[in-house]
Amino acid sequence: MSDRSRREYAVVGKNERKVDGVGLVTGRPKFVADLDLPETLHVKILGSPHAHARIVEVDAHEAEAMEGVACVLTYENTPSTRHTTAGQGFPEPSPYDTRMFDTKVRFVGDRVAAVAATSERIAEEAIAKLHVRYEELPAVLSIDDARRDGAPVVHDEEDATGIYDAKRNIVADVDIDVGDVEAGFLASDVVVETVCETQYAQHTPIETHVVLAYLDSDARLVLRTSTQVPFHVRRIVSYTLGLPLHRIRVIKPRVGGGFGTKQEVLLEDIAGLVALRTGRPALLSLTRAEEFIAARTRHPMRARVKLGAMSDGTLRAVEMEAISNTGAYGAHGLTVLANTGSKTLPLYNKAPDAHFFGQAVYTNLPVAGAYRGYGATQGYFPLETAMDELAERLAIDPIELRRRNHIRVGETSPIFQKLGEGREGVSQTIKSCELARCIEVGAERIGWSEKRGRRERRGPWVHGVGMSIMMQGSGIPEIDMAAATIKMNEDGSFNLLIGATDLGTGSDTILAQMAAEVLGVTLEKIVVTSSDTDTTPFDVGAYASSTTYVSGNAVVEAAAKVKEQILSVAGALLGVDPGVLDLGEGAVIAPNGEHVGLDRVCHRAMYESNQFQIGATASFVPTESPPPFLANFAEVAVDTETGLVKVVHYVAAVDCGVAVHPKLAEGQMEGSIVNGIGYALTEEMLLSSRGRVRNPSLFDYKIPGALDVPKIDIVLVDSYEPTGPLGAKSIGEIGINGPIPTIANAIYDAVGVRLKTTPFTSERVLAAIEAA
Amino acid sequence: MTISFSINGERRTVRIEAHESLLDVLRREGFVGVKVGCHTGDCGACAVLFNGRAVNSCLVLAAKADGAEILTVEGLGTGDRLHPLQEAFLDEGGVQCGYCTPGMIISAYGLLSRNPNPTEEEIREAISGNLCRCTGYVKQIRAIQTAAERMRSGDE
Repeated sequence: MSDRSRREYAVVGKNERKVDGVGLVTGRPKFVADLDLPETLHVKILGSPHAHARIVEVDAHEAEAMEGVACVLTYENTPSTRHTTAGQGFPEPSPYDTRMFDTKVRFVGDRVAAVAATSERIAEEAIAKLHVRYEELPAVLSIDDARRDGAPVVHDEEDATGIYDAKRNIVADVDIDVGDVEAGFLASDVVVETVCETQYAQHTPIETHVVLAYLDSDARLVLRTSTQVPFHVRRIVSYTLGLPLHRIRVIKPRVGGGFGTKQEVLLEDIAGLVALRTGRPALLSLTRAEEFIAARTRHPMRARVKLGAMSDGTLRAVEMEAISNTGAYGAHGLTVLANTGSKTLPLYNKAPDAHFFGQAVYTNLPVAGAYRGYGATQGYFPLETAMDELAERLAIDPIELRRRNHIRVGETSPIFQKLGEGREGVSQTIKSCELARCIEVGAERIGWSEKRGRRERRGPWVHGVGMSIMMQGSGIPEIDMAAATIKMNEDGSFNLLIGATDLGTGSDTILAQMAAEVLGVTLEKIVVTSSDTDTTPFDVGAYASSTTYVSGNAVVEAAAKVKEQILSVAGALLGVDPGVLDLGEGAVIAPNGEHVGLDRVCHRAMYESNQFQIGATASFVPTESPPPFLANFAEVAVDTETGLVKVVHYVAAVDCGVAVHPKLAEGQMEGSIVNGIGYALTEEMLLSSRGRVRNPSLFDYKIPGALDVPKIDIVLVDSYEPTGPLGAKSIGEIGINGPIPTIANAIYDAVGVRLKTTPFTSERVLAAIEAA
Repeated sequence: MTISFSINGERRTVRIEAHESLLDVLRREGFVGVKVGCHTGDCGACAVLFNGRAVNSCLVLAAKADGAEILTVEGLGTGDRLHPLQEAFLDEGGVQCGYCTPGMIISAYGLLSRNPNPTEEEIREAISGNLCRCTGYVKQIRAIQTAAERMRSGDE
């Protein structure tokens, strides 16, 4: 049935080698810091030792006098424009609460000054010679602190804009209603309520944030930077530094992982200003400790879900309340909060009454930002925990309860329209959803019916299985925009120019596959240039699961326009109506079998007759955001003596429409699931009582290694999204939402305790077992 | 001070400072396939083969490399002639961002040199010091298995 509008593809659906792969496996200089420019200055940042303090004075004389120091930047000699570091569409739905260097510091690690010197060592020594006088202020060190009457005010400056209620430390407030949720609960036969808390966690790309800034031969500022959002970097740096946009070029080379943290403009302003002030290249690269302390984190949240249902298992009312800690600055505060509801609640559209409300609050703690999953991860924990609790109360199999209530093809949810990207959303009807099939396949693969409720014991280990389902989106409707340009060369190859931003996801490859498919050529005939603000057309960048769907649609449309031009030239060559011609195998084919090579077509257009450049640009703005769907199943073993939880087997059955490159799609799932398992079991930024990160290293902050990874089965369930590029939907984020609720539900199946605070460490699990 | 070592089959003599790590010296010498991820020996992005053993070059003082034999990913294969490990990482989808890839491939190379027919557990053990945040390791493990199979059948 899902094959109804699908044709056989030649390039799409094939596991092609990544277009940038050979350079990566041979260690070619593809990353920011691999470029060695003469006279490069090394930049270091001085971070605040206090969680909350006013800067009385920065005495830089001694540092400035050091040999090798080229410049020192402080609040006294840098632009004071309030801006946001969030690389979002304009105007950004994040408050303008940040300055390059402020007279107040708001978390341990907040920028105080920067030094540029001829070597990293000299820059470090100079940092130690900056004499700063602080006036310490009482700090806000938790969500509850922030909401107390009379709490210290994190953002008391007068020039910040876009803060919901600065005096009460509230960055953002969301409250939307569908129907009457209170009446819905009254009418329900059964009501369950659950509160879950998630921790401070970090992205930890293996390449930290890094930027190389230099002036080109025309004194334009070039920012070669590890970013997810090159065009937003150009706009935000232009605004922050007061430099005309046309004087800036942003180039994104290969990026060593992003996961959301590089949707933030964290370093480009400083490196850029150093290059402008000194005329020399400036390299600014965070150490791993600096990355932990001063880059971005996932928003820690306390989220409550209340479900009302009829005794037959039909949901009657759904309520979610989320309190989000955005840390010292409000980047993504509103939108992550809104997504906590908007990416979760439409899944259970059978409930006529729904309510989502919440607030994001400032604290003097590390700064949260975009992180793969973007609020949905925090929302699915209580939602899918509550669904399991409800199933138990109703004595219905958890799978069956979800089957009865999840959204299906042809259906909608009022939440789509009510709750959008920090503003009203966009209504949509689901056009592809193989969730029922995902659940069926996943349950079979994990052995649900044999294992559920068995509590099989092997020594101290008890086994259990759990499941959860979820959706995400494919881009931000009526906000995102992506463009693609394709031009033809006389050997029948094409340049594909895209603003889209490959972070290692493989987007350069899958977008090239789409172009090759439409143009009837092999992948090697598509030469990709991406993410350069001078040479590629605009694209919002890589976030919100946008690239496959939004950028992909732009590529397919540009390729279709180019195809039309090719057919028209070929029609003249062959003396036939272009309408009867088609493309395939590097040639134009006529119905009578006559054909003409693409090289011949391009030669004619370039050199012979009615000359023109065969090429086109197309832009795409989505009017909907078709969700990928996912069913997760996990078998865990819990050591009842120590509380240690091991994931034995994880099954993820996913509907992402047509998988353009199946191995890359599986890779998106495997990577996000393993990241999610780390988030569920071991990863936690530990904070001191004064707000300092206590474990800023990959030794003390435990992300999964190869020995920690369970058996993982990814099932790409056959599906076709009619609005997608060649049937595709996006798959970048959804997988990371699964492990927490799935593992929590499996732990309950094994040992009968509900874990509601992440991570599920031995200590927490053992305490829960002992308290039961 | 001056040290001399063999790198990717060629001799090289370089001036270093006593405090410098092998990682910093190799990158300065242009071997940028050796990546920086932590500088504390926790991530494995800077792994090189040092006298036949995979080590984190950030934890090796450059001075210790005097007389050593070093192999980096640049010495394994080039664009025209890839090593079977490099081929397999491409074929199996073992590369996403590619930042951990050179270190991962070096660790795998060290393993296959000692043990041409490793079990999955031995592969996991060999790359347990190489952190990857993109792939979840599944396809990297598969790639090493594939490379091992191809290398064994190539030897026959």
